[in-house]
Amino acid sequence: MVPLSWYLGLSAVIFVIGLIGFLIRRNLIIMFMSIELMLNSVNISLIAFSHYLNDLKGQVIVFFIITVAAAEAAIGLAILVALFRNKNSIHTDDISVMKG
Amino acid sequence: MTTVELFFAYFALSMTFLSIMVISVKNPVHSILLMLVLFFHIAALYLFLNAEFLAAVQVILYAGAILVLFLFVIMMLNLKEELISHRFINEWPIGIAIGVSIIVFLFFAISTITTNFKGTHTIDFIKAETNTKAIGKVLYTEYLLPFEIASIILLIAIVGALVLAKKAK
Repeated sequence: MVPLSWYLGLSAVIFVIGLIGFLIRRNLIIMFMSIELMLNSVNISLIAFSHYLNDLKGQVIVFFIITVAAAEAAIGLAILVALFRNKNSIHTDDISVMKG
Repeated sequence: MTTVELFFAYFALSMTFLSIMVISVKNPVHSILLMLVLFFHIAALYLFLNAEFLAAVQVILYAGAILVLFLFVIMMLNLKEELISHRFINEWPIGIAIGVSIIVFLFFAISTITTNFKGTHTIDFIKAETNTKAIGKVLYTEYLLPFEIASIILLIAIVGALVLAKKAK
């Protein structure tokens, strides 16, 4: 049987890869995908806990996280479409109006 | 090494490799296709953990709905300009340093973890009742109010996406 800490380690590695991707990429779409990556890594750790602690609450919370991720992707991509229409670019360093 | 450990090692290595590729390839379309493979791997990992319902939801919702949404938005991108410009911001070593320091803390936290709590949903209980039915019972009794709130969140997302993507008059 695979121990619980292996799943948690895998989840931590994927979370940090998503975090690094969010911090260093210029393209807004890849940054959104990094957020999805982080949400998925949290889902893995919640399901692993749910399996090893014999409790289904973890899987129910993953269900809600998937709902929120779908809503977030829809709203985020709509913002992206509006931004591209106004600025004609989706690179983070071209969008610096609020920087002053 | 047992067979289960071997399978887990394959999934861990390929998932790490795929997620590094997702954030580092130049072409966003390739990135999304690699993400699709990654989501199928995650669904297979859920099957290891006796979460059949969520494995199906992962394939249908993430691979089927969310990634298609991403692909639709990419169609209006200027891919030719994307392929010749820089991929990373100028301060990329700082981002990697932050990530490495966080993973050190996370591994330290994981190494000290202890679990002595045991719930009532054992594997035999779920097998007797089937996974979907067991989740449904928890979802519609204990988590009924959060379930209704989730439906409101989805409604707001529909309306919000329509309002934001509409052309301004």
